[in-house]
Amino acid sequence: MTSTARRKKLTTSAMIASFADPGQRTTSAPFGHALNRLAEERPEIVGLSADLAKYTDMHVFRDAHPDRFFQMGMAEQVMLGAAAGMAEVGLVPFASTYSVFATRRAYDFLCLDIAEPGLNVNVVGALPGLTTGYGPSHQATEDLAILRGCPNLTIVDPCDSVDIEQAVPALAAAPGPTYLRLLRGAVPTVLDEYDYRFELGKAAELRTGRDVVLISTGLMTMRALQAAERLAADHVDVAVLHVPTIKPLDTAAILRAARTDRLVVTCENHSVIGGLAESVASTLAFAGVGARVVPVALPDEFLAAGALPTLHDRYGLSTDALVTRVRAELGGTSGDQPSAWAADPVPATA
Amino acid sequence: MTALSSPQAPAGTDQRSERVERIRQAASRIRRNALDMGEVQGQGYIGQALGVADVLAVVYTDQLRFRPEDPHWRDRDRFLLSIGHYAIAAYAAMAEAGIIPLQELETYGSDDSRLPMSAMASYTPGMEISGGSLGHGLGVATGMALGLRHLGNEAQVFDLLSDGELDEGSTWEAAMACAHHGLDNVTAIVDVNALQADGPTAGVLRTEPLVDKWRAFGWHALRVDGNDVAVLVAAFDEIRRHRGSPSVLICDTRIGCGVPLLENREKAHFMRVDEAEWQIARDQLQEGLAR
Repeated sequence: MTSTARRKKLTTSAMIASFADPGQRTTSAPFGHALNRLAEERPEIVGLSADLAKYTDMHVFRDAHPDRFFQMGMAEQVMLGAAAGMAEVGLVPFASTYSVFATRRAYDFLCLDIAEPGLNVNVVGALPGLTTGYGPSHQATEDLAILRGCPNLTIVDPCDSVDIEQAVPALAAAPGPTYLRLLRGAVPTVLDEYDYRFELGKAAELRTGRDVVLISTGLMTMRALQAAERLAADHVDVAVLHVPTIKPLDTAAILRAARTDRLVVTCENHSVIGGLAESVASTLAFAGVGARVVPVALPDEFLAAGALPTLHDRYGLSTDALVTRVRAELGGTSGDQPSAWAADPVPATA
Repeated sequence: MTALSSPQAPAGTDQRSERVERIRQAASRIRRNALDMGEVQGQGYIGQALGVADVLAVVYTDQLRFRPEDPHWRDRDRFLLSIGHYAIAAYAAMAEAGIIPLQELETYGSDDSRLPMSAMASYTPGMEISGGSLGHGLGVATGMALGLRHLGNEAQVFDLLSDGELDEGSTWEAAMACAHHGLDNVTAIVDVNALQADGPTAGVLRTEPLVDKWRAFGWHALRVDGNDVAVLVAAFDEIRRHRGSPSVLICDTRIGCGVPLLENREKAHFMRVDEAEWQIARDQLQEGLAR
């Protein structure tokens, strides 16, 4: 018997693996189709990409409106600069690339060419957070941290195809610059089962609950809803507040959600530094609300490469991991997740 | 009033020399404006302003289509100052062109002035983009030109760069994009004064051979003495007729040009001028024009 025969079957991940659960309802390329619908109503809509049209669902727009699509090559700086120039002459551009390139590589251009003049340019970043097993070069784990400090910029982290379809016209209608964390390919369709409409700058309570409130954004709202169902079976009553707009943040809704004796947990597909957890924490602290915030987020690390389900489990973003974390917090232990801060620190002065 | 410009009817020698003389006078007033502004601050990018004054005089008083009273006129030619630190030169030229009032120049760099040290679109009427971070102008110009062409607008897009700015990779991303998209409505103007912040360009990061580089990137490239108005006018006219690819006019300029006192001092990116020297500089400028 060879050693190969005993070897465990390996799980691997493509660069742009889907994070949809097996058998989950999905919608194909919701961004591209939404942009097409919008383009039929608004002739000033144009699209740009930096050699990633095919991988950002921009190809749907490119194929339907070839005269309104501009290929800028693998050159994110000029793509964002050119998008600004197009907005300066009255067009409404959507410019797509991977989040890592839009934020890390071309930030100066997003900041100074687009955000400072307040232009209606819509930057669309694919593979946000941990949505690829390709490793740190493609995992935009800190894009929100980079962009939240940028004045004028509206930032949206959609949950699913419903969010994306409704966000696209809203982003174009907003007069200033926006950044959309794109979910591409076969995107889960979840929010149509709720009484929900995407509204720019507004959080939405998708379910109510007396014991725990999950304040979530992006694809983690899907996981939060699944976790809430599972916890309900254990008679844990979990509310879910979906926060698709990271900036400007719906602080009123967050304060309403946190001003209770429920366990407050934030859920995000982003580093624990500079994303939703810290946005919520600062919102509470600035308002003098002393609630503890349990952050479910990616660690402050360069993440591993591998299969997406494995990585979501390892870094705490899977539904299983989220349920375990909430149970541990309710049970008074923090599970395998070391708590960086004691809940009730000894006061420095007596 | 619409400042109409070329393409003009083929001019006779007299008309042509009149045109050149008119621009030379304008260039001298632009230099004078820049000196007056420099005196307010006591220092600044005065060397560059004097060097690029002839180029700006041709652009603003001969080439650019614009309405001084309506800086947002849809069909205007766009002039992008990619090099925000040349603001002093741009304001001097915009005052000459009637876009900003001459008397406002004395507020240059002061609190609440519309004329900040580094050019910003939100502050100054007629300033198309905000500078300061180099390597941005040509990318924005690319998008404006693509957009204008898409909209069927025949306006031209000019972008003024410096040779030091050619260090920035984003400039070359944009250069490729303009050529790839066949943007013959773009004209890049490169002010080659051979000096950047840390010293001579040749020593900081070699950018030559410039004409070969731009041609290799697919541009129609011309190189001229950027302080010779007659040569500049001929080059801009030639570029205006060119079709099928973007054009670049590489202008060799002399820091401090027109004021021997400043031309001859040790080359400095950010020039200091003593209080007593400003009047000498103005006198030298006047003498030079009379010659």
